[in-house]
Amino acid sequence: MAGGNLDIQLIKGGKRNDGRVPNQLRDIKIEAGVLHRADGSAYIEWGGNKVLAAVYGPREAVPRHSQDPNRAVVKARYNMAAFSVDDRKRPGPDRRSQEISKVIGEAFENVILTEEFPRASVDVSMEVLEAEAGTRCAAMTAASVALADAGIPMRGMVAACAAGKINDTVVLDLGKEEDNFGQADLPVGLNIQTGEVVLLQMDGNLSPDQFDEALGMAIEGCRKIYELQRDALYRRYRRDESNGGRA
Amino acid sequence: MPQYVALSKITKEFTFALAAEGKRVDGRAFDQFRPITIKTRFVKKAEGSAEVHLGHTRVLCGVKLKPGVPYPDAPDAGTMTTSAEMNPLAAPDFEAGPPRPEAIELARVVDRGVRESGLIDFKKLCEKVGETVWTVFIDIHVLDYDGNLFDACSMAALAAVLTAKVPRVQYKIGDKDVPLPLTTTEPPISATVAKIGNSLMIDPNLDEDLVFDARLTVACDVEGNIRAMQKGGSGSFSVDEVRKIIKMGQSGSALIRAAIHEAVAKGEASVGAKPEA
Repeated sequence: MAGGNLDIQLIKGGKRNDGRVPNQLRDIKIEAGVLHRADGSAYIEWGGNKVLAAVYGPREAVPRHSQDPNRAVVKARYNMAAFSVDDRKRPGPDRRSQEISKVIGEAFENVILTEEFPRASVDVSMEVLEAEAGTRCAAMTAASVALADAGIPMRGMVAACAAGKINDTVVLDLGKEEDNFGQADLPVGLNIQTGEVVLLQMDGNLSPDQFDEALGMAIEGCRKIYELQRDALYRRYRRDESNGGRA
Repeated sequence: MPQYVALSKITKEFTFALAAEGKRVDGRAFDQFRPITIKTRFVKKAEGSAEVHLGHTRVLCGVKLKPGVPYPDAPDAGTMTTSAEMNPLAAPDFEAGPPRPEAIELARVVDRGVRESGLIDFKKLCEKVGETVWTVFIDIHVLDYDGNLFDACSMAALAAVLTAKVPRVQYKIGDKDVPLPLTTTEPPISATVAKIGNSLMIDPNLDEDLVFDARLTVACDVEGNIRAMQKGGSGSFSVDEVRKIIKMGQSGSALIRAAIHEAVAKGEASVGAKPEA
C-alpha cells in the first residue's frame, strides 16, 4: 500500500474495474450452523473469499494458568489454508495471522459478556479456505454469527468491513487488485447495537477528510452486512409452523 | 484437553453391547458406509480441490503445484508432499499448534495411498532434468470430525489430485496450463474397519472411533489386490479377522471408486442418503 500505485487505473467514470460503484460491497452469502461438532459455526462467501468459523465454549480454560478468576478469556485463531492463495502458503501461524488473531480476539472480548463465565474460555476458530482480499473482515463477520449460533451472550453483533482509497477516490470493500495497488485500506469492526468500533486498522495515506468519508462508508457497509448476518440466523432458527413449531 | 473427549462409560458399554448383538449406534449394517458426498473444484485458487462429507465428517483437500529442485536420486521426477491439519474448529479436543502424531499418521497414510498408487506420472512433472521439477503439495484440512478421517481424507486427496492442473502460466514455464499428468492406473481405495468387542464394522463413526479396540485401513485396487494397510489402536486382530476385513474393504471400495469418478467428471457426487442437518 503506502501511497499505492497511481499508474494503475482502478476506477473510471465512477465504476471500479469489477463494475462496482464506490460504496458497493462484493456479493456476500452467510450460512449459520454448518458444522456438526462445533457449539456454533458459520460459513461466509464474500467475493472470492470463503471462510469457515467455529466456536467452542464457554468451557473450562486450559491450561489452568490461562484462567481469569473474574471473567472468561476469548481465544481467537485466524488461520489460512495452504491452498487458499495463489502461491502455496506454509501451513501454520505466521506473524500476520497471529496479529490478526490477536486483534479479532480483543474485539470479541469487548462484546462477549465474559464476566458471566469466570475461569472459562470461549474459543473462536476461523479458517480461510480461499482468500481474495478482506479475509479478516470476512472471518470476523462469520465468527460473530458463529458466536450467536453457539448462544454466547454478547452486547451486540459485530460486523466488519473495510473501506479504502483507489486513484484518490474513497471506496468500500477493496477487491484484490484494489488492495494490492490502492492507496489506503481501513478495516473496521463495529458493534452494531452500540455503534462502538471494536476493530480498527489502517495503512496507506488518507487526509482527515478522506478518513472521515472512509470510516463513514465502512460503518454503512457494516450495517448492510449485519442485515445478512441477521438473515442467516433467522434462516437457521426461524420456527417452522408446519413442523410443529420446531426450529 | 482429553477432558473433552472423555466418552461416558455408558456410551462405551452401550456401543459394545450393541456390537455383540450385531447392531451399531446409528443403525447401519456392519458393512455399510455412511452417506458420502464429494464436491470437486471447491477452491478456485487451488490447482485441484475436493470437499468430502462422510456422514457428518467433513474434510477439504487442496492441491497446489510449485516449481522446485528435484531430489538428487531422482533428478528427472517431480516430488510430492502431503500434510493434514486437524483444525481446532473440527472437534473440541483438537488444538492449534504443530501437527500431533495423529495428524502425521493421517497425512502419511494418505500420502502413501496417492504416491504408491502410481496415479501421478512424476516423470512428466520434470521441466529440466536435475534443475526444475514440479512439487505437488497435498494439503488436507479436517473441518468437522465425526469419525473415520482416514477414508474421508483419502477420498478427498484422490478427487483433488484427479482434478488438478499444472499452473505453467503462473510460473511462466509455458503459455498454457495442462492437467496434472496421470497414468491410466485405477487408484486403490481405502476402507477402514473398526473392531469393537468381537465385531468388525466398516467406516466407524465418532462413538465407534473413540471406543474401538483396534482399526485396520485396507486399500484395494480395482482387481481386488491389496495395496496398502495401516493398523491402529492398542487392540489386536486374529488372522481370520484380517482376512475378513480385506473382504469388507474390497466390496466397500467399488461404491467409493464410482463416487470419486463421478465427482471428477461432474463436479459433485453423492452415494447413500444425505445426512440430516
